[in-house]
Amino acid sequence: MSHQDHILLPEGSIEKQTTTLNLGPTHPATHGVFQNVLELDGERILSAVSTVGYIHRAFEKLAERRPLFQITPITDRLNYCSSPINNMGWHLTCEKLLNVKTPKRVDYLRIIIMELARISDHLICNSIVGVDSGAYSGFLYLMQYRELIYEIYEEVCGSRLTTNIGRIGGFERNFTNTAFEKLEKFLHEYPKQLKEFENLFTRNRIFVDRTTGCGPISAERALNYGFTGPNLRAAGVDYDVRVHSPYSSYEDFDFTVPVGSTGDCYDRFLVRNEEMWQSLSIIEQAYQKVQEFKGKEAEVYHADAPAYYLPEKKDVYTKMEALIYHFKIIMGETEIPAGEVYNSVEGANGELGYYLISDGGRTPYRLHFRRPCFIYYQAYPELIKGGMVSDAVITMSSLNLIAGELDA
Amino acid sequence: MSLTNDTIKQKLTEKFGDQLTNWEEPYGMLTFTAPKDLNIKVLQFLYDEPQLRFQFLTDLQAVHYPGKTGEELAVVYHLHNLADNVRIRLKVFTDVNKPDVFTATSLYQSANFMERETYDFFGVNFIGHPNLVRILNVDEMDYFPMRKEFPLEDQTRIDKDDEMFGR
Repeated sequence: MSHQDHILLPEGSIEKQTTTLNLGPTHPATHGVFQNVLELDGERILSAVSTVGYIHRAFEKLAERRPLFQITPITDRLNYCSSPINNMGWHLTCEKLLNVKTPKRVDYLRIIIMELARISDHLICNSIVGVDSGAYSGFLYLMQYRELIYEIYEEVCGSRLTTNIGRIGGFERNFTNTAFEKLEKFLHEYPKQLKEFENLFTRNRIFVDRTTGCGPISAERALNYGFTGPNLRAAGVDYDVRVHSPYSSYEDFDFTVPVGSTGDCYDRFLVRNEEMWQSLSIIEQAYQKVQEFKGKEAEVYHADAPAYYLPEKKDVYTKMEALIYHFKIIMGETEIPAGEVYNSVEGANGELGYYLISDGGRTPYRLHFRRPCFIYYQAYPELIKGGMVSDAVITMSSLNLIAGELDA
Repeated sequence: MSLTNDTIKQKLTEKFGDQLTNWEEPYGMLTFTAPKDLNIKVLQFLYDEPQLRFQFLTDLQAVHYPGKTGEELAVVYHLHNLADNVRIRLKVFTDVNKPDVFTATSLYQSANFMERETYDFFGVNFIGHPNLVRILNVDEMDYFPMRKEFPLEDQTRIDKDDEMFGR
């Protein structure tokens, strides 16, 4: 395997033929706190040992002392490139436990936000694959559109990165006209830019040569390793939680699930790109459906679940009931019904699951996050084995690993 | 042909008889308990049986019930049949003083990190695991932090009344 056979060295001058290299934890190319101890023969990777846990923050333990609504900000910090999906997933889990039925308009608004989050996640991932393979310009083309998405979040919930968006039962306030205007602006401008981005990459000979056959995985191995999301679909398995067990009225939408075949970096890139187009189409459909609500229905932005949905501030000051519920919710005095529920949503990088056990107290008895990238990260040593160090770097970025989610 | 919870239950009882207990269906997900010596046999049966094919391990974690003497720790497996799109939940209870459970890594590669995480937080000793060391916490830690005997806040505080302000 060695490519250094031609180097003539006196016998016994090198005791160890392989080199040990620390890739990470704070190397800029790892895009997060990931450490891998690589054993190299020349530049070829013989083995890798991953260390995780550098930014572990004990979310599951924290969640055991918090009422449901205080757990939402924790979920922000899992996959922080698409926090709204985590937030919505958590709200949906609570609603499943509490048997809260959300109105259709809320579902559609949620879908708009979730698909925007998926786009913002995929655009970062794909443009970073570009950066790591030596093409910086794609990143600069797309990054400004994440700003437009963040402005929409800002208009809806007030924050940008760690959004804490929505409440159990719906949204904290109705979408303003400005939010819809910003959405229209995004829907109008982004497709052109995404097309431009695809023109730069998809058929670019250098990029194709660089990424095909890089970090491939077969469908069987991917399933055995617990892959989900775009990474699994790139390997050829059409598993998508949005289709398999539709939540938040995804069954009302018409979209296709792109599937790859080889599971290498190039397929993952293509699947993510196509998913962005699909997300755009879903957002357009959802926006159309939202506009169809007229009169009183167009004002609905939360479910009727007063015991769990935090009331509007002006009601708190003027209505007795709202004041009582506000106090009870904020002081964490609302008791959660006993139950055991597993709910999952299609996160931007895989199936994001919440396993919530309640014993009837005020806080969860146990809450477990199924973090997709924690589970598929264990395939990383196998993916990069036999490749070059630079392949390891683009494989890592194309897996869409997010340190916050990995370490929980 | 869709796979129903009744079919799964029937298949499992045919094979394992009344060793599988606590059949429940919370929110539609079939849940049952297996004796801890049988966990791999049950998982293997669920994996191989052509009608069941629960070949995707969605999630694996533990829960600590300090009140249940002799079976304080529950290891919970979430399995998914992707073809028929059915999920089930399998629980295995074990004694906290002797938390030995057989590993599922021979069946699912994905169980590797998940079992390490479960060991890290609950101290479940997965017999046969290739590399059962701490994963998220520091290696020097000498306790299992997710167990209920480690409360999040200082329990000696008297200025905070949980009866009034429950958190």
